Amino acid sequence: MKDFGFTVVKQRTIDYDQFDGRLLNEIIEKEPSFKVCLSCGGCTATCSAANLVSFNVRRISLLLRRGETTELESEIKKCMLCGKCMLVCPRGINLRNVIMLIKKNVQKHKTENS
Amino acid sequence: MEKTPFIWPFTIGLIFICSFLVIIIGIWISGLSRIDKSRISHSIFTRKSLIAIRETFMESLLHRKIFRKNPVLGYMHMSLAFGWFLLIVVGHIEACVHYKSMSVPAYKAIFYRYFVIEQASTTSGIVLAAVMDLLLVFILSGVMLAYYKRFNSRRFGMKKTTQLKTGDRIALISLWLIFPLRFLAEGVSAGIHHNGSIISQPVGNLLAAVLPVQSLEMPLWWAYSCSLTSFFLAMPVSRYMHITVEVVLIFLRNYGIRVQKRIDGFSRLQVFSCSRCGICLDSCQMTHAAIKDTQSVYVLKHIRNKNLTDEKLFNCLLCGRCQPDCPVGLELNNLRITQRIESTKEYNSSYEYLKHGKVAVSPQTEVIYFAGCMTHLTPAIIKSLKEIFAVADVKYWFMDEDKTACCGRPLMQVGQYEAAQKLIDHNRERILSSGAKKLVVSCPICYKVFKEDYAIPGISVQHHSEYLLELMADKRLPVNKMPLRVIYHDPCELGRGSGIYHQPRLLLDEYSELISIKNEKEKALCCGGSLANIKIQMNERNQIRDKAMEEYLSYKPDVLATACPLCKKTFSKGHNLPVHDIAEIVYMAIRQQKNDAKEEASTEKEVRKVEFWD
Repeated sequence: MKDFGFTVVKQRTIDYDQFDGRLLNEIIEKEPSFKVCLSCGGCTATCSAANLVSFNVRRISLLLRRGETTELESEIKKCMLCGKCMLVCPRGINLRNVIMLIKKNVQKHKTENS
Repeated sequence: MEKTPFIWPFTIGLIFICSFLVIIIGIWISGLSRIDKSRISHSIFTRKSLIAIRETFMESLLHRKIFRKNPVLGYMHMSLAFGWFLLIVVGHIEACVHYKSMSVPAYKAIFYRYFVIEQASTTSGIVLAAVMDLLLVFILSGVMLAYYKRFNSRRFGMKKTTQLKTGDRIALISLWLIFPLRFLAEGVSAGIHHNGSIISQPVGNLLAAVLPVQSLEMPLWWAYSCSLTSFFLAMPVSRYMHITVEVVLIFLRNYGIRVQKRIDGFSRLQVFSCSRCGICLDSCQMTHAAIKDTQSVYVLKHIRNKNLTDEKLFNCLLCGRCQPDCPVGLELNNLRITQRIESTKEYNSSYEYLKHGKVAVSPQTEVIYFAGCMTHLTPAIIKSLKEIFAVADVKYWFMDEDKTACCGRPLMQVGQYEAAQKLIDHNRERILSSGAKKLVVSCPICYKVFKEDYAIPGISVQHHSEYLLELMADKRLPVNKMPLRVIYHDPCELGRGSGIYHQPRLLLDEYSELISIKNEKEKALCCGGSLANIKIQMNERNQIRDKAMEEYLSYKPDVLATACPLCKKTFSKGHNLPVHDIAEIVYMAIRQQKNDAKEEASTEKEVRKVEFWD
């Protein structure tokens, strides 16, 4: 097939009946500043890790709200916690805490489930 | 003996506390690493033990550090600690002299005036009795101050004081009662038997005149014995564990044992050595943002009670301001980091992508410049340094101009040492392959980790303040003193963190008019922007920054200088005072000199033209 520089995204469904909202609720409870994100993408633009690997900080919010925990877990591992995102954020969101909370709670749910 | 059963509570309490201490200290020491144990066995019969004895005397008994903080507070602690120590020692000597024996049971010395009802007749006996009376009055003066301090701690130079637990309360009340009860018991005995000395006898006579001393004698000695017992029993669950544990700490510290990156016997020993005096509360800037329950003293208390939450553990800037103030000399930052490592050890990232990613080959160079993530958010610093390097004709490789991993320090600050090591290994390899001799860093956060954890052989790591000073000394940079009133803000990671106080000051002194301020060097304020705190909210950070700025503004400076991009970024917001990195100031001075020279040259030319036309 000829490469036109586009990719075709595979069809997929998110079943909201299967939605696991634990993680999202825990994050919002412990770090309420996360709620005010306006998805401007400043964090992604400045990210040190995104310079080295395909990593999008802004997508974390999306993955969290969709409850896609498996993908979230593998994405979040790429963060180097340098703190640039937090400094450029126009809403002053404490992103480093969001990331640490996700790491902690994903681990917690794993041990709970097993 | 049948008439004196009141010695039993005291004896049981004493046996309990002694065996408890032997067991718990034994457990801690056996929990040390093999290297630490060999440190003890190699140092125990050396000069280090003598130094430790001296330090125990100066700090645990005389409380020199508290004296420096506030003389009245120091006197209070000294009278209680040193006074009580002397009371025990002199009391035993007095008993030994009287019974003409070298081994006298503890109770015979502690309740001496009950057992020895005749007045001292020998010269030594009279002198010792008088000394004992004076010592007791000396301690009582401290107890009186302690009563007063409970209600008015501000008079003692302390703005805040710690909250007490039940164990603390029992021990505190016992401690408050021990000496007044002893004073009364000795007074009453003196009233009956006339065995008192210079102070207890007049007091005894007075008591005998107004009170039924005969019926009061036994109850008072009982009460004295019971107050001692309740103090001994409450000690393991109270802050007064520090009295004995601190001595062990001083010895181990002098043998070279430090808090490691794991919880072990030594870190437990440090936690139990905290006297919860609350002196660390006053220096903590978190209180400026109304955060009052996450300070070192509370974290150590929660570690001891095994109820420390992440919310409290991570809500600290790790600025280290509390550390120099701690009268026990605890490694407060390291203790907190040890807990952070424990709390986050289950989810360290492996950063596999660093291994697979294509990293550009390092060019061969003498000098490497590493800006760091934070400096990339303050491009003026990078620009100034580039210009300065051009002026000084430095050949360098800008290592993180494009794509580079973080230095690893921000991960370490939240306890992720294992993850940070992956980044360190990656960066170290790149640095080594360049064959450089010097690594210049313009961010104190990176500087600390490069200096302490990278361990690259043959490379000297320098903060840009050190490097610029070196260039200036080599006459590779022109000097121009600008008429600017400058205040220097010590970044926490550079000052208290790495001990670099003088180099930035020397540099600023050459290029501007540096003014010294109250809170500088070890006492320097934190900007509030620290990456070590992941719980603090932006508005709280701003409150801390505003309070620090308020102090700086009172000196009416033209410029606030700093040596950290994060401090610069934090201070730049919300105020009109220009904030510059030292690199910017140096570059400003050099450029100004160049412009002046140009102007001078052009005016000279004009003058020559005029001459020509004349």
